[in-house]
Amino acid sequence: MADRELTPRIVVVGAGPAGVRAAQTLLEAGIRPVVIDEAARAGGQIYRRQPTNFRRSHEALYGTEAARAQAVHDGFDAIAATVDYRPDTLVWNIADGQVWTASERGYATLAYDALILCTGATDRLMPVKGWHYAGAYSLGAAQVALKAQACAIGARVVFMGSGPLLYLVASQYVKAGAKVAAVLDTSPLSNRLRAAVDLIAQPGILADGVALTRALAKAGVPVLTGVTPLEITGNAENGVNGVRVRLANGTERDFAADAVALGYHLRPETQLADLARCDFAFDAKTRQWLPKRDQDGRASVAGVYLAGDGARILGARSAEVSGRLAALAALADLGHKVDPLTLVHLRRQVASYARFARGLATAFPWPHEQAANLPDEAIVCRCEAVTAGDLRRVVNETGAKEANRAKAFSRVGMGRCQGRYCGHAGAEVIAACANIPVEQVGRLRGQAPVKPLPVAIAPEGEE
Amino acid sequence: MTQGRFVRLAEQDRPSLTLYVDGQPVTAMEGDTLMVAMLAAGRVLRTSEFGDGKRAGFCLMAACQDCWVWTEDGGRLRACSTPASAGLRLSTSQPGASWPTAN
Ligand SMILES: Cc1cc2nc3c(=O)[nH]c(=O)nc-3n(C[C@H](O)[C@H](O)[C@H](O)COP(=O)(O)OP(=O)(O)OC[C@H]3O[C@@H](n4cnc5c(N)ncnc54)[C@H](O)[C@@H]3O)c2cc1C
Ligand code: FES
Repeated sequence: MADRELTPRIVVVGAGPAGVRAAQTLLEAGIRPVVIDEAARAGGQIYRRQPTNFRRSHEALYGTEAARAQAVHDGFDAIAATVDYRPDTLVWNIADGQVWTASERGYATLAYDALILCTGATDRLMPVKGWHYAGAYSLGAAQVALKAQACAIGARVVFMGSGPLLYLVASQYVKAGAKVAAVLDTSPLSNRLRAAVDLIAQPGILADGVALTRALAKAGVPVLTGVTPLEITGNAENGVNGVRVRLANGTERDFAADAVALGYHLRPETQLADLARCDFAFDAKTRQWLPKRDQDGRASVAGVYLAGDGARILGARSAEVSGRLAALAALADLGHKVDPLTLVHLRRQVASYARFARGLATAFPWPHEQAANLPDEAIVCRCEAVTAGDLRRVVNETGAKEANRAKAFSRVGMGRCQGRYCGHAGAEVIAACANIPVEQVGRLRGQAPVKPLPVAIAPEGEE
Repeated sequence: MTQGRFVRLAEQDRPSLTLYVDGQPVTAMEGDTLMVAMLAAGRVLRTSEFGDGKRAGFCLMAACQDCWVWTEDGGRLRACSTPASAGLRLSTSQPGASWPTAN
């Protein structure tokens, strides 16, 4: 461990835009960080790379974001051999000042002086009856299939939910030659007008978004707003055959489809911050618990920093900036000199992205009211097929109104996704059933391992 | 029902490879994940242990764990994040599992 004596060890978890920019910033200051990512190739979600034998261009893959994707990829490729880069490695726990990793080489622990968590986000989901059928996928999944594997999730795809990704992924499907049956947005159009005051903070991104909607209309894809999802139709054996929704005018309508891409914007991956014992606070605007952090990304625990969508869903451009800021905060706390003007400049950018994100939350709100109306037979926990009725029974019969207690009795949140896809909706079901504000339900605590571990790997060692 | 669930839209000039799903040969391409290999040729990945029917994955980003398949000697693979390899022999149910299983 020669270099541990020379430089403090900073561990960056995640090699998306936030992690890449954090690592670069550390290296510029003369510190060689450890960069750990579960994925085989750096880039993260939005700039996810295709396998090495695929040939589509950056333009084909990333559209308007091609130049940014290229810059992040090139930026990381240039430092990959210099930093201590550990791809295909999962951080499954944080405890005792160490990260606990698992990879094909085995299990290992690694002590850190500073820890920068850039863990990104996953889709935020509200269940709908039938969402466990084969052929129902998350919106992000639909995009991954296309980006990473050049596939559509079905021959006729309905995009249902809300948020900017709904329009983005649907138009990427159209462009790639897939059949899009409809785009069904739960948010009413009027919300977008109310959101304009904040969305204008990023006129370029706003214009890109408007262009997407236009492209969909031009391609003849029905785009409907203010829609209420009623059911993903089909059966348990053969999977999805369509969706049934209530339109804004109150009529019900069926759309035939063999696949549904479902999602309501994103939720940060905060399990590691939780295991590192960071404090969380309830965000009333988006109705979720988020790890506390200062304007530069310092968490409530000394030596832990949060950047990118894993801290706040502010998008890829902001992730690059907050990754830099978090690295600078870590450097400053370790006694390095940091240029105050750079900090001011970066903070200002993040503030602008935060305003834009507030606009998105107004335009495309989390449809929490759907939870109260979920039929009892609708599955909430896809992992273990626990229904809304099962969860309500637990609330009514045991009086369990706190998320972790209700989980213990109902198993919602206990399955193999560890509450990533049912946690927010489960809390809303409990809140509606018990007639209490959702923040009183609390949040599911993160638990190690943050993902199921392969059973057959050996200890690798301690560093 | 022989048609695949996933539709290939590009990158179709890759060398092919053969793997086996429940003993049946499946033709896939180099660079496919197991999930794409199985769903470009078929409709499902596995049967839910909780009696709610067939599953074909959900998130494709290694987060939901809905895409588990098994090697014939009982090893568990996450189909959305495991590359397909020639000659691999997969099972859509856990070999020798007690029924139903938790996790
Ligand atoms: C499926 C999906 C599609 C998206 N598409 C778009 C889009 O098209 N346009 C857009 O503007 N925004 C998109 N977003 C939002 C976008 O992800 C972010 O704005 C951007 O990628 C955030 O960058 P990041 O560095 O914070 O996180 P990410 O890019 O998500 O990177 C996080 C990295 O951390 C790694 N990681 C997480 N947990 C662990 C762990 N425990 N151990 C090891 N490694 C770990 C992951 O493997 C990943 O590589 C998308 C998000 C998702 C989930
Ligand atoms: S589909 Fe979600 S983990 Fe593979």
